[in-house]
Amino acid sequence: MSVELLNFIETVLNGLMSGVMYSLVALGFVLIFKASGVFNFAQGVFALFAALTLVGFQTGQIPFSHLINELFGTNLHNWYPSLHSFLAILLTIVTMIILAWLVERLVLRHLVNQEPIILFMATIGLAFVLEGVGDLMWGSDVKVLDVGIPSGGSIWLEEATIGWASEGSEYYGMYIDVLNVWATIIAVILVTALALFSQYTKTGRALRAVADDHQAALSVGISLRSIWILVWGISGFIAMVAGIMWGTESGVQFSLSLIALKALPVLILGGFTSIPGAIIGGLLIGVGEKLAEIYIGGLLDIGAIENWFAYVLALVFLLFRPQGLFGDKIIERV
Amino acid sequence: MIYRETGQFKSTYENDHSIFPLIQDKIAFNILMLIAFLFVPLVIDSYWEKAILIPFLIYSMAAIGLNILTGYCGQVSLGTGGFMAVGAFATYKLMTIFPELNIMIIVLLSGVITALVGIVFGLPSLRIKGFYLAVATLASQFFLIWLFNKVPWFYNYSDTGQITVSERTMFGIAVTGANAPSYATYLFCLILVVGLGFAAKNMIRSKIGRSWMAIRDMDIAAEIIGVSPLKTKLSAFAISSFYIGIAGSLYFAVYLGALEVTESFDIMAISFPVLFMIIIGGLGSMLGSFLGAAFIVLLPIFLKNVMVDLIGLSAVTAKHFEITTWGLLMVIFLIVEPHGLARLWSLAKEKLRKWPFPY
Repeated sequence: MSVELLNFIETVLNGLMSGVMYSLVALGFVLIFKASGVFNFAQGVFALFAALTLVGFQTGQIPFSHLINELFGTNLHNWYPSLHSFLAILLTIVTMIILAWLVERLVLRHLVNQEPIILFMATIGLAFVLEGVGDLMWGSDVKVLDVGIPSGGSIWLEEATIGWASEGSEYYGMYIDVLNVWATIIAVILVTALALFSQYTKTGRALRAVADDHQAALSVGISLRSIWILVWGISGFIAMVAGIMWGTESGVQFSLSLIALKALPVLILGGFTSIPGAIIGGLLIGVGEKLAEIYIGGLLDIGAIENWFAYVLALVFLLFRPQGLFGDKIIERV
Repeated sequence: MIYRETGQFKSTYENDHSIFPLIQDKIAFNILMLIAFLFVPLVIDSYWEKAILIPFLIYSMAAIGLNILTGYCGQVSLGTGGFMAVGAFATYKLMTIFPELNIMIIVLLSGVITALVGIVFGLPSLRIKGFYLAVATLASQFFLIWLFNKVPWFYNYSDTGQITVSERTMFGIAVTGANAPSYATYLFCLILVVGLGFAAKNMIRSKIGRSWMAIRDMDIAAEIIGVSPLKTKLSAFAISSFYIGIAGSLYFAVYLGALEVTESFDIMAISFPVLFMIIIGGLGSMLGSFLGAAFIVLLPIFLKNVMVDLIGLSAVTAKHFEITTWGLLMVIFLIVEPHGLARLWSLAKEKLRKWPFPY
C-alpha cells in the first residue's frame, strides 16, 4: 500500500474515534431534548462538573475548602489521601443524580410551558451556576484525572502497520491513542446498555412514551417529573463518562465545558431528536473534521479550520435536509 | 393622580400614532434626553465613561440590533460576537485605507458592511428555523472570528494580531484614541444610539416592522397573506447586523481602542450576554433593549463591589461568585418574569395610573 493511502486510513480512524467523543456529548443533549424539550446548553458544563467532582472525590479534597480558608483563615485541604477510582465514580454518579433532582425541582418545574428559547436561556444560566459552583467547590486549577484508563500511542499498532507500506518508502506505522480506543469501547457498551434499557424495561418504555408525546404519556399515568429526573440523571451520567474521557486526555479545566460547542454541529447534522443521528452525526463530523484539517487546511496553508468546519459542514447539509439526518419530519400547518 | 390619560384627546391621526401617546411620557422622555445631552457631559469623568456609560450605550445598540432579529422577527441568533467583530474590523480597515474620512461616516459605513455580511449569513434562515438556525448562526460566529484571526490582511500584518485605533476628530475634538475627552466619546455614542434608536422604533412601527412580526408569529400564515419571507427575513438580518456592526465599530474605536479578536468577540463575552440582555429586558421591546443593557453592565460592577470591597474575598474567588450569582439571577429572572424588565415597567405604569386612589 502507498503511504498516502495508509495516512488516509489513519486519519479516518482517528477521526472516527474523536467522533465517538463528540457523539457522547451529543447523546446527552438528545436524551434531554427528546424527553423534556429542553435544549440543554449546560451539558458541557455537566461534563466539567462531573470531572471536577470525580477528581475531588478521588483526592479527598474538602468541598469549598478554598472559600472557607479565605473567609476564616483556616488551612483545610483533604479528608483522606486518596480513594479508589471505582468508589469515586460511584459517588460522582450519586452527585449527578442529586444534581438532576435539583435541576428538576428548582428550575424545570417552574418553567413548564415556557417558550423553548426561555428554557434554553435558563440552561445557559444553569451552566454559569454550575461552572461557578464547581470552581468554588473544587478550585479552578487544572487537575489531572486518572481513573486507570491507559493512554498514549499504541505501540502494537505501530509495529503491526509499519510493514504495510510498499518497499523503500518511509513509513513509521499508524498512530492511534489507546485512550480513544477505550473511549470507543466504553461508548459502544454505554449506547448498547441504553438501547436495551429503553427497549426492554418498563421505565424505558415510559421514557420513550414521554419522548413521543408528553400529554399522552401523562394521561396513561406516567409521572413526567420522575421521568425528567431520570433523564437528566442519565444525561449527567453520560456527561460524566464524556468528562472522564476528555478530562483524561487534556486535564480537567474550564475548557472542558466548551465541548458542548463541539457537539452542537453534531446535533444539527444528526437531528435533535434522534439517538442514532447523534452517533452517526458525531462520527461524520469527526472524520470530516480531521480530513478537512489535513487535506483542505494543509492545501491552503491555513490552520485551525477545525473550529468552524464542523459547523459549515452541518450548515451545508441542513440546506438540503432541514431536519437533519434522522430528525422527525417537519410538518407545518397554519 | 399624576400619571393618567384623562383629558388627553387624540383628534388627529398623528396624535394617535405618536411614539409617546401620553403627555407625561413625552415630558419624562424629554427631560431624560436633556439630562443625557446637557447635564451628563458636564459632570462625566473617566470612570463613569469607561465603566458604565459607554458600555451601556454600546450594548444598548447591540441589543437593539439583536432585538430586531430575535425579538421582532423571531430568528434566534448566537452570532452577535461575529457580527460585532465585522463592524470593528471594517472600521479599522476603513480608517487605515481612507485616513481622511470622517469618523462618523466610517462608523456608519462599517454598519453597512456588516449588514451585507449579515445578509449572507442570513441566507440559511430561509431554509431552517428554530434551534437549528440558532446553531447555524454559531457557524458565522466561529467562521468570522477565525477569518479575522487567520487572514493577516484584516489586521494589516501586525505581529500581535491586534488592531489599534488612531485618533480621529469631530469638529476639532478627538472622539477616538487615547486623548479623547470623556464627554466627546460619550456624546458621540449617545448621538448614534439616540438617532438610530429612533430609526429602529419607527421601522418597527411601519410596514417593515409589521412584516417582521408577522413572520415571527407564524411564517407560513404570513407568507399566505402576502409577506415575502425572503425579503422580510433578509431585511431583518441586514438591519439587525447594521446595528450590531455599529455597536462593534464603537466597541473597537471608542471603547477599547485596541483589541484582539478571539478574546474580545468570544461567544461567552458578547453573543450570550447580548442575548441575555434582550431576554431579561424583554423580547420585542425597544425599552427592553436599554433596560437589559443597563442591567448587564451594572450587575458585575455591583457584585464586584459587594464581594471584593465589602466581604473581602480575593479577586479570583469573587469572580467565581460573580459567575454563580450571574447564573442564579438569570434563572430566577426567567422563572419570575419571563417577559423581562419591560413587562415589569409596563405593569408599574398600569399601577401608577390608579395610584394613589385605586377605586
